[in-house]
Amino acid sequence: MSKKLSERRKFLLTMARGVGLASIGGLVWSAYLDEAIAAPLLLRPPGALSESDFLETCIKCGLCVEACPYDTLMLAKPGDNKPLGTPFFVPRDIPCYMCPDIPCVPVCPTGALDESSVTTKDVLDIDTAQMGLAVVDEGSCIAFWGIQCDACYRACPILGKAITIEYSKNERTGKHAFMKPVVHADACTGCGMCEHACVTKKPAIFVLPNEVAQGAVDTHYIKGWDKKDEARLKDAKEIKTTTRLSKKSAINSLNSGLEDLY
Amino acid sequence: MKKLYNNYRYLILRRVTQIGILVLYFGANAWGWKMLQGNLSSSLILGTVPMSDPYAALQMLAAGALLSTNLLIGVGVVTLFYFLIGGRAFCSWVCPINMVTDFAAFCRELIGMNQLTGVKQPASRKLRYWVLGLSLVISAIMGVTAFEFVSPISMLHRGIVFGIGFGWAGALIIFLFDLFVLKNGWCGHICPLGGFYSLLGKFSLIRVHHIEENCTLCMKCKVVCPENQVLHMIGKESLPVLSGECTNCARCIEVCDDEALEFSLKSFAQNKKTGE
Repeated sequence: MSKKLSERRKFLLTMARGVGLASIGGLVWSAYLDEAIAAPLLLRPPGALSESDFLETCIKCGLCVEACPYDTLMLAKPGDNKPLGTPFFVPRDIPCYMCPDIPCVPVCPTGALDESSVTTKDVLDIDTAQMGLAVVDEGSCIAFWGIQCDACYRACPILGKAITIEYSKNERTGKHAFMKPVVHADACTGCGMCEHACVTKKPAIFVLPNEVAQGAVDTHYIKGWDKKDEARLKDAKEIKTTTRLSKKSAINSLNSGLEDLY
Repeated sequence: MKKLYNNYRYLILRRVTQIGILVLYFGANAWGWKMLQGNLSSSLILGTVPMSDPYAALQMLAAGALLSTNLLIGVGVVTLFYFLIGGRAFCSWVCPINMVTDFAAFCRELIGMNQLTGVKQPASRKLRYWVLGLSLVISAIMGVTAFEFVSPISMLHRGIVFGIGFGWAGALIIFLFDLFVLKNGWCGHICPLGGFYSLLGKFSLIRVHHIEENCTLCMKCKVVCPENQVLHMIGKESLPVLSGECTNCARCIEVCDDEALEFSLKSFAQNKKTGE
């Protein structure tokens, strides 16, 4: 029954096969990539762009890893379940020691580690880094039990600003004080020295990426007591929305059906 | 000893180069050497001259990243270098996967896989250009450098320099694929980086030249060549190998006992005459 194919049919079939194979390959490849870059809980070096920009800009050369004097940074290996070849660190093992000259950032050839984001007045300033945010688990932090421990507070390189100790009365004993560590998001760089120093078996204070650790307020909330925030109102334009109101008044609807009571 | 020099001089030189480069990169991470820092994606020579993988930069561009000046300089350095010495010289003189696939080709011959599968190869060598194009399309759609996330070359090279994890599995897959599925499968058919350098190497200056008068038609060169379609002129015409798919590995030159093949600069006059 095999009929000889015309040249035209042959050409069309070959093209169709090419497109088909490319589609199979492309879909499998894309599906893999989608899983491989799925937002993981990992901490990037200082000055890293936002995760999606970072993933497209990082060339995975490891120059930041080689520049780090403390062997803090690593490149994700196959099997680490992190975006392959990109730099990260695990503060419980080795935290970022916040070198004042930030050697890992200027060596980046692609700008995935952005020098300008960790620069204040033309000088590199590691205190402005935003690698993550330390979070305290009050249930396992022994300072919240009333035991005196300020390991994280003492380990913090921006002690007194990123972590402060809050005193309060221990009502259980009636004569002791709680000395609770409190993290301040505006100063914390996410270096992880607190996590490294934490005395509990699994750290009670740990660094999470900012996107995970922080919420976000919608723009229509304005701090009236904060001059800077209040300034946002200056150029604000009125937005008028008209809503069709019900003919029945609220009082009517609340009181209807209650006639029997009177 | 003489046979070793005559028939393997370039092969030995290539292995020395490949392993030497790996050692320099490894030393940079392990002991702080400054000669060659980084890895094949992007690196620094002596802490000053930047080099960057132009194909990776192309994917970044497709993904929508802003390319920094530093990166563009690095891309320029690498592009110019391979433009001069032959695009796929990267493949046979630098790429660590070359050692894996050469070993697979050696084993394939040894165990007689080639007799089992016959001469007819079930895949086109043009596949690599499709993969190259596809990688750019996927980079654009997904917003990441598509090949860099699956590249067994980077996995192996980065693995050797920075710690390998399961990266060895990528090299093993390629070894098994080349051994049992397709002769010269990865480097000769699929690898889009090889495809990219093939396109770049079309214009390169250092070429293998065939001298037809010396040829005794022993065909040793065609047997040893991993891209033997580029040697179509053997025993027919005195022509340079002009296809960018030639890796300048020089195996053909050293297996030839009749001095019918040699390295030479591209001759532009000849080029025009034959129209190739």
